[in-house]
Amino acid sequence: MTAVSVSGVTQVFNRGRPDEVTALSDVDLTVAAGEFVSLIGPSGCGKSTLLRLIADLLAPTTGTVEVSGKPARQARLEQAYGIAFQQAGLFEWRTVQRNVELPLELRGQSKAERRERAAEMLELVGLADFAGHYPAQLSGGMQQRVAIARALAVHPPLLLMDEPFGALDEMTRERLQTELLAICAQTGTSTVFVTHSIPEAVFLSDRVVVMSPRPGRITGTVGIDLPARDEAVRQSPDFFSHVTLVRKTLRGTP
Amino acid sequence: MRRVLSVLAAVVVFVALWEGYKAVGDPDGTVLFGTRVLPRADDLSMPHVWDMLRRLGRPELTGGRPVWQVVLGACLFTLGITVAGFAAGAVVGLLLAVAMQRFRLVERGLLPYVILSQTVPLVALAPLIAGWSGNLSFGPYPWQDWMTVAVIAAYLSFFPVAVGMLRGLQSPQASGVELMRSYAAGWWRTLIKLRLPAALPYLFPALRLAGAAAVVGAVVGEISTGTRGGIGRLVIEYSREATSDPAKVYTAMLGAALLGLVVAALVSLLELPLMRHRRRVPVVTM
Repeated sequence: MTAVSVSGVTQVFNRGRPDEVTALSDVDLTVAAGEFVSLIGPSGCGKSTLLRLIADLLAPTTGTVEVSGKPARQARLEQAYGIAFQQAGLFEWRTVQRNVELPLELRGQSKAERRERAAEMLELVGLADFAGHYPAQLSGGMQQRVAIARALAVHPPLLLMDEPFGALDEMTRERLQTELLAICAQTGTSTVFVTHSIPEAVFLSDRVVVMSPRPGRITGTVGIDLPARDEAVRQSPDFFSHVTLVRKTLRGTP
Repeated sequence: MRRVLSVLAAVVVFVALWEGYKAVGDPDGTVLFGTRVLPRADDLSMPHVWDMLRRLGRPELTGGRPVWQVVLGACLFTLGITVAGFAAGAVVGLLLAVAMQRFRLVERGLLPYVILSQTVPLVALAPLIAGWSGNLSFGPYPWQDWMTVAVIAAYLSFFPVAVGMLRGLQSPQASGVELMRSYAAGWWRTLIKLRLPAALPYLFPALRLAGAAAVVGAVVGEISTGTRGGIGRLVIEYSREATSDPAKVYTAMLGAALLGLVVAALVSLLELPLMRHRRRVPVVTM
């Protein structure tokens, strides 16, 4: 069972105009069920575009995108994935709990169901005590955790994340990475994670997909084989050798 | 509580300025090179504040009702027209804003005319509206004079609502819109769940402007259509007696100012429950 299958995808913006840009060129990517895949590369390499194609927020110029064996559009209509962006993007007029309930509301679930599921999700991200708070009352890290809870609220088989920790400080970032891995392990969710931090990609992923710009394309894949994912592993020689490997792949000098 | 105090403080400062200028100003005004640069400070041009207040308690004409009752009655009459015009204008403004948000083409085509509509002088417009609407009727109910005035008030008040609300509806970030799309929410549900709540901080300043514009529209509309019973008419009537009874015209102006305050307070009343926990955005009209 594959969670995501992208084949032969090319994305051209502003086609036929002087400012035509080839954002992605002939990209193939497969994500297995339960797998954690990071997309890494410099700005303009098309990693966010690739994520938006999987989310069906963009339609590819050529090629096909499938999520859980269904066309991306159908998967979106069935809410077969959850998504989180760099900005938590919480609705400031809703309490934390009502933010998490939003995707459930749009699915037409009953109030009791919604409340129960939101409570469960907030428990998962460690914010059960803040259900009644408003986003403005929370720190950036807490807001991002609410965004993750919201993305997971419909129990999607796939989680798409676009630099979700990019705006956070290093300590918060590392703590949330550990929490995210625990949540993914507990829920069995497959994840596609866009980042530009090499250590972050190595720590989180089963596989790091390296991309390069002009035109955006996949230039290499690094499998990550670490014994455990805890704070100790961040200091291990194994971890550093993987970081070096990803860095070399990014530079194109194997 | 602090707002009440600051309003009171503003009244005190205004009275002090008025009476202060009266005390030190030249009764004939200050004339510089043949041009009067400061107004006359005599009792005819600037009656004492307490004279105005005392005038409120005395009868309008000998043996008639006291002035405060007449002014209050006129204010209520105009308030009714203002509220009707304001409501109609707000609804039209909201619908225009939603249409302009929904269809880019409508925004491009309509927005210049929306702005142009406000450059037409109100005084030129009033007789026109009175002229067209004179032949209208709603089934058995014929068109009333006050409706013409309400249309003029609506004409002035739809504008800030349309422009402010359009900005508000366009205020959500791309990530919010993408999020709604990822939930398979269509345009309507994105409007209800995202755009409308996001627009509220833009809507209320716009409504306050629209409220003030509706008061101006109603007062000027009454004057230019010659509608009887309202505060606009009263200002004109009393100003004819300005030479013999200078305090009287100021009582009517006091009433008009009170009307503006009441309308502003009504909008705030609407705002309070909806805007708790919300950030405020700077007032924008364009």
